[in-house]
Amino acid sequence: MRSAMLAPLVAIAFAGCANMASDDAVASASAQDDEGERVSIAEDPFPSTYRPYPGRPTAIRGATIFDGEGGRIDNGVVFVSDGKVVAVGDASTAIPADAMVVDGTGKYVTPGIIDVHSHLGNYPSPAVAAHSDGNEVSGPVTADVWAEHGVWPQDPGFSRALANGGITSLQILPGSANLFGGRSAVLKNVPARTMQGMKFPGAPQSLKMACGENPKRVYGNRNQKPASRMGNIALDRATWAKAAEYKAKWDNYDRKGGTPPSRDLSMDTLKGALEGKIAIQNHCYRADEMAIVIDMAKEFGYRVAAFHHAVESYKIADLLRENGICSAVWADWWGFKMEAYDGIPENAALIANAGACVIIHSDDQDQIQRLNQEAAKALADGRRMGIEISDAEAIRWITYNPAMAMGTSDWTGSLKPGKMGDMVLWNGNPLSVYSRPEKVWIDGALMYDAFDPAMRPVSDFELGQPGEGDVK
Amino acid sequence: MKRFLLTASVALAAIASPAMAQNVAITGGKLVVGDGSAPVENATVVIRNGKVVAAGSGIAVPAGMEQVDASGKWVTPGIFAGFSRVGLIEVDAVSQTNDEDADHSPFSAAIDVVPAINPSASSIAVNRAAGVTRAVVAPGAGRTIFGGFGAIVDLGEDYDAVTTSHAFQFVELGETGSSRAGGSRAAAHTLFRAMLSEARRYARNPAAFESDLLTRQDAEALGEIVDGRTRLLVHVERAADIIQTLKLRQEFPALKLVIVGAAEGWLVADQIAVAGVPVIASALNDLPEYFEKTAATQSNIGRMKRAGVQVSIGMINDRDAHQLRYSTQYAGNLVALNRVPGATGLSWDEAFATITSGPAKALGLDGAMGSLKAGRVGDVVIWDGDPLELSSAPVEVYVDGVRQSLENRQSKLRDRYRSLDEGQLPRAYDR
Repeated sequence: MRSAMLAPLVAIAFAGCANMASDDAVASASAQDDEGERVSIAEDPFPSTYRPYPGRPTAIRGATIFDGEGGRIDNGVVFVSDGKVVAVGDASTAIPADAMVVDGTGKYVTPGIIDVHSHLGNYPSPAVAAHSDGNEVSGPVTADVWAEHGVWPQDPGFSRALANGGITSLQILPGSANLFGGRSAVLKNVPARTMQGMKFPGAPQSLKMACGENPKRVYGNRNQKPASRMGNIALDRATWAKAAEYKAKWDNYDRKGGTPPSRDLSMDTLKGALEGKIAIQNHCYRADEMAIVIDMAKEFGYRVAAFHHAVESYKIADLLRENGICSAVWADWWGFKMEAYDGIPENAALIANAGACVIIHSDDQDQIQRLNQEAAKALADGRRMGIEISDAEAIRWITYNPAMAMGTSDWTGSLKPGKMGDMVLWNGNPLSVYSRPEKVWIDGALMYDAFDPAMRPVSDFELGQPGEGDVK
Repeated sequence: MKRFLLTASVALAAIASPAMAQNVAITGGKLVVGDGSAPVENATVVIRNGKVVAAGSGIAVPAGMEQVDASGKWVTPGIFAGFSRVGLIEVDAVSQTNDEDADHSPFSAAIDVVPAINPSASSIAVNRAAGVTRAVVAPGAGRTIFGGFGAIVDLGEDYDAVTTSHAFQFVELGETGSSRAGGSRAAAHTLFRAMLSEARRYARNPAAFESDLLTRQDAEALGEIVDGRTRLLVHVERAADIIQTLKLRQEFPALKLVIVGAAEGWLVADQIAVAGVPVIASALNDLPEYFEKTAATQSNIGRMKRAGVQVSIGMINDRDAHQLRYSTQYAGNLVALNRVPGATGLSWDEAFATITSGPAKALGLDGAMGSLKAGRVGDVVIWDGDPLELSSAPVEVYVDGVRQSLENRQSKLRDRYRSLDEGQLPRAYDR
């Protein structure tokens, strides 16, 4: 999996049209020539304005720590300062005198929980038609659209995910109506006035793709391609072939100059994928379809980071291991559509048992509030069939692994010195139904505290409504 | 397992004993009766002819009776899903297998879910293996506000699934009701009143009945709720809609109301309690998912309970055909709330009752099922741990005293793909 930070290939602007790109972006452009006439690439036209909120040096002492990478420390110490994890260790770990010390006796600490598959903000509450911004259903190939342009920061779902689920970062994906749904947005789960105020600094974008029933149903019903799984793959391949051509034109231009190729925002995204800068998050349920996608990715040279939903991954866990592709799955959803018919609760454990990467995802405004519980169920079902998986390993499914698939694991997803101070203090084992987050820190700043009603964010939408500021 | 058509007084109806029931004594387990009382250690449950004969500590095992050792395990009544569509749907998005509602039918209230219930639906076996033994099965409202008659089913492995038919009538009076009635809640209430008035007119003189609003069959069906022979499950979420629902009894005093959903019930809990109307609520709704749920909170059930409302848990439009097995997780979450400052949860004992005796009581059936008191159906689950905890699962499940197979499509798929090593033949030969 990719772990290096990769700057996304973003919009392209002609030099001189500074209003189309930030000054920083133009300045950092690589394709600019001496005269400034060469077309330049705006690396980051909607830059993050998120800055960590003020925190104080904080140590949690005496808790059981799951570090997110499969490690467990009983009676441990976590120390966070200046927004970063400074130290994680046993009871002898030094705590500076000026640190605020939280007694974690009988409690548990995990990295902030991460959801690799969310539609919060794009399909916010209330789910009225005016808020439906997650699928650009005007055509099956919309790699030009960006999830971030449909994120409503006032979605009350963000606060529930924080307080009940300990979610500290998440990836917002376009929906699955389209073969190429558009680019994802990776967010820190902090309340903000703007999307940019939530945007995870430096996180790469991914491209959402979809297999199976949804694209062929949506467009087949319009007598349009794709109307079948054959059409899905045919249009996928035709589009990738076009992208390869587009990329070749730009590569040629970058080398030799001349008249710049016509811009195509959709192709920009695919070019980024072919260059390895944009990973693919692929909605795909069935084993046979995932196997086809794996071959297609090899044919065109792009990388699938994760198959999402992947209810049949257990049938091809070996193939997924060999190809280094994660499965982002529910614990036990099944039966709601034909391609979800063979879902089984042991899916996650069987994937892990084969040595492939498991992520528990939500795709849901409710289950994002209890990914810990979903991981616990998947773990229990695996153990019941004789697969040995530690508690700490199951926590990796909702922390480090999703970060890896999103391209943020260098910064978050585990409690390692130097990483972001994203962490949750649970009032019991997070794999128990009886446990809840007690405190949640994001970049070292306390953003939720169950004991302090003032530390419970309330979105604009909920102000003045019945239940404003209530426990939820 | 045995079909029993109920037309009038539902409450303490005897349910015929199935032929294959084991006579069995389950001993040594931690007993949860399911009525809200505390667990009893080292207890015995005696089941004879499909019924609970005795449950508690210090109970002698009848001579010669088969004994099941449940030492170190928990013994509880089967889970009773308080609201579901189990058996009506194989695959939600495959319309041929989805009998939830009928928006092109000339009928509404007259529709009876019974013929649509498929005991072979894969979700029956899947949820049985998770300890769910009984369920409320409600039709959806298709063309108009009324959905038709719902039933109580068991999840046993035979073709006699329906325990109680005509268990209730189902109506939508919130956002969905508004849409079914033509576009406003006012229209929904007008339609409701008009339809019930027509039903009264039909009852007075069936032979002369003609109506632009109702078929004769629908009029006859609604007669059962007008005179209180059959319960009326009303799906509403908004506090104001709950109040309007309670007021329906001013005009139709015999209505036996049960409120379903009630996301904002906590705002008007005192009024619901005074009205004595039971509530079957979603456990964990805490988002303003729709405007009618603006005040939703996970403390809803706990607050209603504290206000004296008789409240239990249902899967209302919440994976209601496939995931009744979430009931235990939901109940466990309500216990977890007790440790969240400012939240109102349930005690463990109360929580367990909301998924066993609670729904049975709401439907007037707690004399017959939903707990392990003497005389109740022999729906018993032996668990390998605390049944509300995520790591626990049933070891044995009995429905009407019959020990059930826990095998299902999912367990067979699991076993087939346990190993991916290629054998002599493809996986298709492996079963």
